[in-house]
Amino acid sequence: MTGRVHKYGDNVNTDEIIPARYLNTTDPNELAAHCMEDIDLEFPKKVRPGDIIVAEQNFGCGSSREHAPIAIKAAGVSCVIAKTFARIFYRNAINIGLPILECPEAVDGISNGDEVEVDLISGKIRNITSGQDFQAKPFPLFMQQLIAAGGLINYARERISSC
Amino acid sequence: MGQTITQKILAAHCGKKSVDPGELINAKVDLVLGNDITAPIAIKEFEKISAADVFDRDKIALVPDHSMPNKDIKSAELAKAMKEFARKHKITNYFEVGRMGIEHTLVPDKGLVLPGDVVIGADSHTCTYGAIGAFSTGVGSTDMAAAMALGEVWLKVPEVIKFVYYGKLQPWVGGKDLILYTIGKIGVDGALYSSMEFTGETISQLPMHGRFTMCNMAIEAGGKNGIIEPDETTLEYIKQRARHVYNVYQSDPDAVYKDVIEIDCSKIEPQVSFPHLPENTKPISEVGDIQIDQAVVGSCTNGRIEDLREAASVLRGRKVHPDVRMIVIPGTQEIYLQAVQEGLAQIFVEAGAVFSTPTCGPCLGGHMGVLAAGERAVATTNRNFVGRMGHVTSEVYLAGPSVAAASAVMGRIASPEEIE
Repeated sequence: MTGRVHKYGDNVNTDEIIPARYLNTTDPNELAAHCMEDIDLEFPKKVRPGDIIVAEQNFGCGSSREHAPIAIKAAGVSCVIAKTFARIFYRNAINIGLPILECPEAVDGISNGDEVEVDLISGKIRNITSGQDFQAKPFPLFMQQLIAAGGLINYARERISSC
Repeated sequence: MGQTITQKILAAHCGKKSVDPGELINAKVDLVLGNDITAPIAIKEFEKISAADVFDRDKIALVPDHSMPNKDIKSAELAKAMKEFARKHKITNYFEVGRMGIEHTLVPDKGLVLPGDVVIGADSHTCTYGAIGAFSTGVGSTDMAAAMALGEVWLKVPEVIKFVYYGKLQPWVGGKDLILYTIGKIGVDGALYSSMEFTGETISQLPMHGRFTMCNMAIEAGGKNGIIEPDETTLEYIKQRARHVYNVYQSDPDAVYKDVIEIDCSKIEPQVSFPHLPENTKPISEVGDIQIDQAVVGSCTNGRIEDLREAASVLRGRKVHPDVRMIVIPGTQEIYLQAVQEGLAQIFVEAGAVFSTPTCGPCLGGHMGVLAAGERAVATTNRNFVGRMGHVTSEVYLAGPSVAAASAVMGRIASPEEIE
């Protein structure tokens, strides 16, 4: 997948990703219309399908609201690359099938507006704009299985049906 | 090699003698928790799993607390979906408005979590229950859905940071100040993916409400869980509440820690966290002149009866500053009634404060105290992110109940010492 980068700093929190005033809905498209609003008011207007969010440390810190990765996914973002993720956001993203990669070198080597190509299976990240290549940390085997199953719900359905 | 209390609890819940940090396990859960914001998504996802029923109707707690009493039609629809799910699956622990409370105050007070339990909740402050020696952690709605079907959750065994608190606390210093000081020291990702084990003589002396406050905010340092070994104080708290069998675990003397951080509490003043991160802490003496528009006492962090007593002791016989709105929110209906019976409600109302039914409301900028553009609040809540309590240009300063009450009187962030 290839996309244009929207780059942010440290500690992007779930209140910025989807403010609580919009948590009276669970509709992904309604949530997407306000995605990143309190950190970047223009984001919902400027984001295009396939775009990539790149951020520094501790992306997604704060609340457990799954509305945050849901909003990002429904906004058309194809992948989030960060130096580190807050742990609840990390597991929520894996559980719902929002691709995320941890790669500090890539974050340092990518600027706002760059074109970036990501291979989720191999974890290879290419900055097309600069020509630089990066390698993300591989996921542990169990998480790879979850991702391959299409998320936790599919995994749970398989477990239930095999009981 | 010795094990920490967190490792022992997790090992016991995945059928192993021991577990190692980094290991991925499927742990059996003793309680799955959700609220009116997170449960509706979990319910939709649960339906997709096609499970015949929930794994155990006694081990699920559904608490409408965030937008309660219903703040608008959309929120009412979410609460209705949760109530209908609770009825359909005969969920034992559904708490209707009027009988509910803020989930993390209500759940331990009802004895639904006990030492040695594994609890997951679709709310980040589920880490609160570490205060009674349980492993409890916040997850998302999809995790909640899968756990309601399977009775299990996938977890990565965390590394553990041990915090050793020593020294006698100064007046007006409590659990809130200790945890704000700790977050200020290590940062909002200082315990990322890790367990925070709170130990030491100061913790042994700390009452339950202060322990709950400390574990509640482990997530604000990125922690997976906060935990305190059960002792006499813990057992006294659960004595009248325990309804199921529990297990008291303690860390081995030779348990392995990622880091050990010692904190001298004798020099800690009441703490205030400045916008827009909980790590921006300052001692009250260095705060300066910060005028406020609102003071909030409540939330899952500081809505217990002792917190209300502390605020009332500062407010007694005084008036809230003419420029300030003060909002006091008890954590549960029982605490509400207790506050009425003890005369605290009268103190609040006579001082010119709002005394509200339990709700998470203002903490997340939901309702019952949302800030306008440029307004400032001092709050006993847990987060001061951009726009957390309302408009994106509003500001939240985090503090304990006595500072919040003193600030309400003075109209600026103030120490209770200033009005004595």
